[in-house]
Amino acid sequence: MVVMAWLSCRGSDAMSVIGLRLRQVLVRQSPMRQGVGRKLVIGIPYLWLALFFLVPFLIVLKISFSNVQLSMPPVEPILVFAANQVVQLRIHLANFSFIFGDSLYVAAFSNSIKVAGISTLLALLLGYPMAYGIARVRGTLRNILFLLVVLPFFTSFLLRVYAWIGLLGRNGPLNALLMQIGVIHEPIQLLQTDFAVYIGMVYSYLPFMILPLYAAIEKQDLTLLEAAADLGCRPVRAFFSVTLPLTKEGIFAGCLLVFIPAVGEYVIPALLGGPDTLMIGRVVWDEFFANRDWPVASALSIILLALLSGLVLLLQRVQAAEKSAS
Amino acid sequence: MKQKRSLVVLSAMCFGFVFLYLPLLMMIIYSFNASRLVTVWDSAHSPTLAWYRELWTNEEILSAAKLSFKIAALNAVGAVILGTLAAFSLERYTRFRGRTIFALLTTAPMVLPEVITGLSLLLLFVALQQLFGWPSGRDATTITISHITFSMAYVVVVVQSRLATVDRALEEAAMDLGARPWKVFFLITLPLIAPAIASGWVLSFILSWDDIVITSFVSGPGSTTLPQLVFSKVRLGVSPDINALATILVAGVSVGVMLLGLGMVHRDRRKNREARAVLVPES
Repeated sequence: MVVMAWLSCRGSDAMSVIGLRLRQVLVRQSPMRQGVGRKLVIGIPYLWLALFFLVPFLIVLKISFSNVQLSMPPVEPILVFAANQVVQLRIHLANFSFIFGDSLYVAAFSNSIKVAGISTLLALLLGYPMAYGIARVRGTLRNILFLLVVLPFFTSFLLRVYAWIGLLGRNGPLNALLMQIGVIHEPIQLLQTDFAVYIGMVYSYLPFMILPLYAAIEKQDLTLLEAAADLGCRPVRAFFSVTLPLTKEGIFAGCLLVFIPAVGEYVIPALLGGPDTLMIGRVVWDEFFANRDWPVASALSIILLALLSGLVLLLQRVQAAEKSAS
Repeated sequence: MKQKRSLVVLSAMCFGFVFLYLPLLMMIIYSFNASRLVTVWDSAHSPTLAWYRELWTNEEILSAAKLSFKIAALNAVGAVILGTLAAFSLERYTRFRGRTIFALLTTAPMVLPEVITGLSLLLLFVALQQLFGWPSGRDATTITISHITFSMAYVVVVVQSRLATVDRALEEAAMDLGARPWKVFFLITLPLIAPAIASGWVLSFILSWDDIVITSFVSGPGSTTLPQLVFSKVRLGVSPDINALATILVAGVSVGVMLLGLGMVHRDRRKNREARAVLVPES
């Protein structure tokens, strides 16, 4: 998706499309041969995705309705072959009622949304002026700045989060700096706090925010700003009444690109957050690995999926609109 | 007024780039620190290459890196093949049954929380093992399959947008001259989309090389990748040899991206020169 943002726009040639249609009508290909090739081209990736992406979700759904039992795998089958050749379907909704009844899980969900929301807002506040600055620079400098934004995306995510552990530590450089300038007198706890999680989130997902914003700002017709200035509009007002509304698709796409992965994030809260930083990705992980409660982990995943799928569809619509606009 | 606004933009940019690069810079500096206490600079014995030397002799890290490299390379090949096929289907066959679901399936792995993807893949492998006896346990194979599944989505995006810019007239001309569809693909389309396929390969490699969450779900006891090793070490706190490892990885990627960027700038310049040569006839 990030890649999509920095790929240049397409120029589809209407004539060649018409030409293709004509050719399809005029020149009859042997239908068998083309049919087989076409089926293979579509079929192979389709089958792969169906087997390794669609079916797994059905299994998660199935297990979310089942009970824990001491075995491997640690779940009760929901289809049971009873004595008199009757197949019983045992669906338990207990996992879901358990989750909604337990304040821990509810808190984990609401806290994930809160943390992701604040991180998205912070990333927007920092990312917008950066994208704006890069889009308004010309020539080689723009390419360099652009590369500097993209570069962290290619370096290890894990190591970038790790870098903050050293920086935020009790004896780390940030504490030392704050003491030097006299803001604090003794080291404060920065690591294992929500503050550290926000920093980690903004740090990791900032490129996702900047790229669609950059694409939107770069597209803007600068003569509109000149027109606004000619009509006596001040630059600040021109920004808020011309540039900002024109880039709202970019803002929307950037926010979704940061918010969606941030909600389910595991690594950042696990490394930078404290034991009380409840986030849903972490809870799913712990339920699965520590408690070995596969059904509850599955049920939590299903709920998270339901929460996010609306946003994912929204994102697709925004990107499709962007595509057709360009 | 204009001054004021550009001041805001300028300071945000300065802050932003310092924010993006300061942590990496600190990590690199401290990788040369002699002290085992990572945050204390031992000026008497630094800079030192001790941690790099230790890294080189650490069998555990070396074998994990080897495994990660193997998985990442294999994954990139698989993702490029499947992703290109999928991109071709979506871009060239505008109408077939289940196209909407197909389009959704190709993009969803990019945005889904990794915890969910990992969990679901593991449950699939367990179910398959119960039903068919394959895969027997979880190892590099299950990791590679999982990585292909999520990284092919990125290949689809890159290749599809490149395919859309390919001039169809070239393909049509070849077909009109009697070339069969597969021949048209290999002789005309493939060379045209080769740059996108190459960047898809690199992207898939990096995604796999870097993945920790999905890998943790689908890996077995005998298969520990480099990110898994780093993660288990990092959870216990900062360690100087990880700083050294990070420095090597960051430096490698930076040089690669920098070269790519220089190539891009160079190509732009050449294009501009050529365009100017056409427009402005030599006197």
